[in-house]
Amino acid sequence: MILALLVTAALTALLAATLLLPAQLSAAGEARLIERIDALLPQTQCGRCTFAGCKPYATALARGEADINQCPPGGPSTMIALAALLKRDARPVDPKFGVVPEVATVAWIDEPACIGCAKCIQVCPVDAIVGASKFMHTVIAAQCTGCELCIPPCPVDCIEMRPAAARA
Amino acid sequence: MLLHSHVRGGLQLVGHKRRSAASVRIAAAPAEVILALDQHTGLPAIALVKPGDAVAMGQPIAQPQSDISAWVHSPISGRVVAIEPRPAAHHRGELAPSIVIANDGEDRRHPANAPVDFASMDPLELCEHIARGGIVGLGGATFPTAAKLLQARACAHIHLILNGVECEPWISCDDLLMRERAHDVILGAHILCRSLGAAKCTIAIESDMPEARSAVRAALASDTASNIEVASVPSIYPAGGERQLITTLTGQEVPADGLPSDIGVVCQNVGTAAAIARWIRDGEPLIRRIVTLTGSGVREPVNVEVRIGTPLAQLIEDAGGYQQPIAELIMGGSMMGKTLPHDGVPVTKGTNCVIAATAADFHERGTEMPCIRCGNCAEACPASLLPQQLHWYALGKDLDALESHGLLDCIECGCCDYVCPSQIPLTQRFRDAKPALLETVDSRTRANDARLRFESREQRLTRLEAERRAKLDEKRKAFKDAR
Amino acid sequence: MKLATPPAPHEIAPNSVGRVMRLVIYALVPAIVMHVVFLGPGLIVQILLGVATALATEALALQLRRQPLWRFLSDGTAIITAMLIALCLPPLAPWWLVVSGTAFAILLAKHLFGGMGANPFNPAMVGYAVLLVSFPAQLTQWLAPNISGLQTVHLGFGDVLQTIFSGELPARLTWDAVTSPTPLATLRTQLALGQTMQEVRANPVFGILGGRGWEWINFATLVGGIWLLAMRIIRWQIPVALLAGIAVPAGILYAIDPGSYPGPIFHLTGGAAMLGAFFIATDPVSAATSDRGRLIYGAGIGVITYVIRTWGGYPDGIAFAVLLMNAAVPLIDRFTVPRIYGHPP
Repeated sequence: MILALLVTAALTALLAATLLLPAQLSAAGEARLIERIDALLPQTQCGRCTFAGCKPYATALARGEADINQCPPGGPSTMIALAALLKRDARPVDPKFGVVPEVATVAWIDEPACIGCAKCIQVCPVDAIVGASKFMHTVIAAQCTGCELCIPPCPVDCIEMRPAAARA
Repeated sequence: MLLHSHVRGGLQLVGHKRRSAASVRIAAAPAEVILALDQHTGLPAIALVKPGDAVAMGQPIAQPQSDISAWVHSPISGRVVAIEPRPAAHHRGELAPSIVIANDGEDRRHPANAPVDFASMDPLELCEHIARGGIVGLGGATFPTAAKLLQARACAHIHLILNGVECEPWISCDDLLMRERAHDVILGAHILCRSLGAAKCTIAIESDMPEARSAVRAALASDTASNIEVASVPSIYPAGGERQLITTLTGQEVPADGLPSDIGVVCQNVGTAAAIARWIRDGEPLIRRIVTLTGSGVREPVNVEVRIGTPLAQLIEDAGGYQQPIAELIMGGSMMGKTLPHDGVPVTKGTNCVIAATAADFHERGTEMPCIRCGNCAEACPASLLPQQLHWYALGKDLDALESHGLLDCIECGCCDYVCPSQIPLTQRFRDAKPALLETVDSRTRANDARLRFESREQRLTRLEAERRAKLDEKRKAFKDAR
Repeated sequence: MKLATPPAPHEIAPNSVGRVMRLVIYALVPAIVMHVVFLGPGLIVQILLGVATALATEALALQLRRQPLWRFLSDGTAIITAMLIALCLPPLAPWWLVVSGTAFAILLAKHLFGGMGANPFNPAMVGYAVLLVSFPAQLTQWLAPNISGLQTVHLGFGDVLQTIFSGELPARLTWDAVTSPTPLATLRTQLALGQTMQEVRANPVFGILGGRGWEWINFATLVGGIWLLAMRIIRWQIPVALLAGIAVPAGILYAIDPGSYPGPIFHLTGGAAMLGAFFIATDPVSAATSDRGRLIYGAGIGVITYVIRTWGGYPDGIAFAVLLMNAAVPLIDRFTVPRIYGHPP
C-alpha cells in the first residue's frame, strides 16, 4: 500500500515536471514564438501599438512586455488569435491605440497639389510611394497597408486615405 | 494511344446525348441580337460603336480593355439600336451592359476581315491575330484564347491537348462538331501548334463518341503533318475537366497554385480550335457557335449553329417551342450548368447547351439530412478532397481547416452532391464558403508582401546609416592624419 | 416566365439514408435466420423489443430536441442499432436487458452527442458494453446450439416468451440444463484449466472450423457482409483490415505455439468477428474518414479484439475494441488526410 502511494506520488511529480518546467522559453523557443506572433499580425507597420513595426510588437508580446489589445488595424480577429496563441484573456482593442478601421483604406496623393518634397517617401514603412525629389509622387495602392504614417509629414496636406478597391 | 493514368473518382452518368444526335441545323439569324460586353473571363470589352451606327457582319464593335479581355464582333449586319443594361445568362438573368443591334437581313460582311496564311506568319503575330478574332474558350470558361497562348508561349516543348471529352451529360455540341467539321478542328490544331511552337498535339475524345472519333481519324488520314494523334478517354464524368484530362493523358499533375503551362501543356476545346480555323481560313471572327438544345421540354432535342446574341426564347421557338411546362431552364450541362429565371436572355460565346428540363428529367432532391460520414463523396471526388470534412468545417466556418483540406482546389464538378445519401447540397456549400477563404488567403499574401518590403527597407536604411558612419569616420581619420 | 433557380448540380442519384439502412437490414437477414435455426426464436423477440424501444426512445429524444419526428424516425438508423444489440445478447435474456441497453444507446450514445451523424461512439456497442459491465451474469446465459449431441432440452416458443418476459425459466427447467457457454468462453476456461488446443478442439462443442452452429451463424453474417460490399454500401477497407487484424496475430501465435493458441480460422468463425467486421465497425458515423484511416481503424479493432480474447478479461473483445478505436478516430483522421490533386506529397 505504501509502495503504491509512493509510486503514484512519483508519477505525479514526473508528469507535473514535464508540464510545468517548459514554461521557461529558451532563446530558440522565444525566436519561434516571435515568428508565430508576427504571422498573426496584419503587417501594417503603422506603429500605433507604440512599437516601431509589427516585429518589435511581436517581440514585446513574446516577452510579456505588451498587451494583446494594442493593434487597431488587426482588430478583434487579431486580438482573439493572439489571445488563443498566448493563452491570455481576450479583451477589446484599447481605443487609446487607435480606432479599429471599418473598411480597408489606402493612401492617395492628389498629384496636382504634390510639390515633390519626398518627405512621405522617406516615412513609408513598406516603400509603397514611388517618386523622387521634385518629381511626381504616387502611391502604389496594391502595396499600401493603410498605416497613415505618410499623412503628417506632407507639408501641403495632399495625401488622404480612400477606401481600398475591392480585390478581384 | 495509351492513357497514362486512370480517371480518379468521378461518376458514370447517363448521357442523354443520343436524343440530340441529329446533324447540326443552321439557325436563321434573329431580328435582333444582344451582345453583353462581359461575356468572357477578364475585364469587360469597351464599346467602339454608339447607337445609330451601321455595322457589318463580323465588324469589331467592342475592344479589349486589358490583356485579359476580348474583342466582340457583330454577328449580323444592321444598325446599333442601343447600348444599355440587358438581362444576361451569365448573370443569372440580372442586367449586364450590352450592345443591341437590329438585323437588316443582308448579312453584309465586314470588308477588313480577310483570311491569312498562318503558316508563313510569325507565331507571336499569329497569337495577336487570333486575339483580333475575339476567340475565347468555347468549352464554357470563355477565357481569352490569345492571352492563354501568349502566356504559354514562354515554355519550350509544349504539348497541345484538344479537349473533345464532352463528359457532362446532355451536352453534345462538341460531338456533332467533330462528326461534321473534323477538318476545321484539325486546321485549328495546326494553327494553335504554330502559334505555340508546339511539337505534339493530342485530340482527346470520349470513348462513347465513336462517330466523332472515326470522323477525326478520317480527317487526319488526309492530313500531311503527323504530329496529331487521337486519344480515347473513358466516359467518366468529369474526365473532361482540364486538370483531370491532362493527368489522364500525360500522367503529370498540374500544380495546385499553377497553370497547365507550368508543366508544358496547353488545353483548348475543340470548338475553340474550329473557331480559330474559321477566323484564319475564312476571315470570320467568333460570331456563331453550335449550341445543344435539349431536355424533355423542347419538341426535338437538336444541335443548332446560332449567331452569338440570339435571344434564347427565339432559339427555342425556332426549334418548335416548348412541348410541356418546364421545371428548370439550364444553361450548360446538368452538373455544372446555371439555372435561368426566364428565357429572355441571349446566347453568349460560352453557351454550349440549353436544357429545357421538365420534372421528369431529373430525380428530385430530397430534404437535407445530417451527414452520416459514409465517404461516398470522397470516393467520387476527382481532386482527392474529403468533401465530408469540408462540409463539417464549412458549417463551423473554420477557415484554416478549410484551407488545409483544399477548399480552393474544389472544381465544383458536383460529383459529391450526386452520391450523397443525405442529399446535402455540398457544392453550393463550398461555393458559399470560398469567398471568405479567398479573402483570408488574399490578405495573408498582402501581409507577407508588406512584411518583406518592410524588412528590406529596414535593411536598406541600416546599410545607408552604416555607410554614412563609415564615411564620417574616414573623414575624421583623414583630418586627424592631416594635422 | 418565372422559373426556380436552384444551384448546380441538377442531377442526383436516387439514394437516401433510408435506402442505405434498409440494405443493411436486408444484409443482416441471413445471420438472423441462422441464429434462429441454431439458437431458437428468442432472437426475434429480442429484436422486436429492441426496435420498439429504439423507436420510442428516439421519438422521445427528437421531441425533446424539437427536431422533425418522421424524417429522423424513418431513416432506419435506430432500427439497426436495436438489431445489433439484440444480436449480441443471449436469446433468452430478460426483456429489461435489451430495453435498457437500447434506450441507453439511443438516448445517451446518440442523441446526447447531437443525434444522427454526430455520435463519436458506436451506439450499439455503447449499449452492449454498459449491459456487459452491469449485468455480466445474464450475458453469459447463452444457449447450446440446436444440434444433436449438444442440446439436451427443447424449448418451445411459449417457453421462450415466458422466460424473456418473466426473467425466470419455466418450472421444469434449470439454467444449468438450458445454457451452455459460447465456444469462445469454453475455449477460455479450458485453456485456463491447462488443456492444450488439441484437447480443447476435441470437445464436441467445436466443429470443423470453429464452434458448431456458431460457425454457420458467422458464415451467414459473412454472406450478408459480402452482399453489402457488392452493393457498395460499405467499403472493403474496414472489414478486411479488421479480419486481418485478428487473423494475423492469431496466425503468428498459432505458428509459434499451436498447443496454446487457436488458429486464425477459429477466431474468424467465433464470437462477433464477422458481425463486427461487416456491420458494427463499418458504422460510418463513428469510423475513420479516409481509406487509409479506415485501414488503420479496422486493423486496430482487430488487434485489440485479439488481445482481449487472448489475454483480457472477456471471451470476446469486439465491443471494447470498437469503442477504443472510436476514441482514436480524430487522431487517425488528423494523420491520414489524403494528398490533394496538384499538392506536393
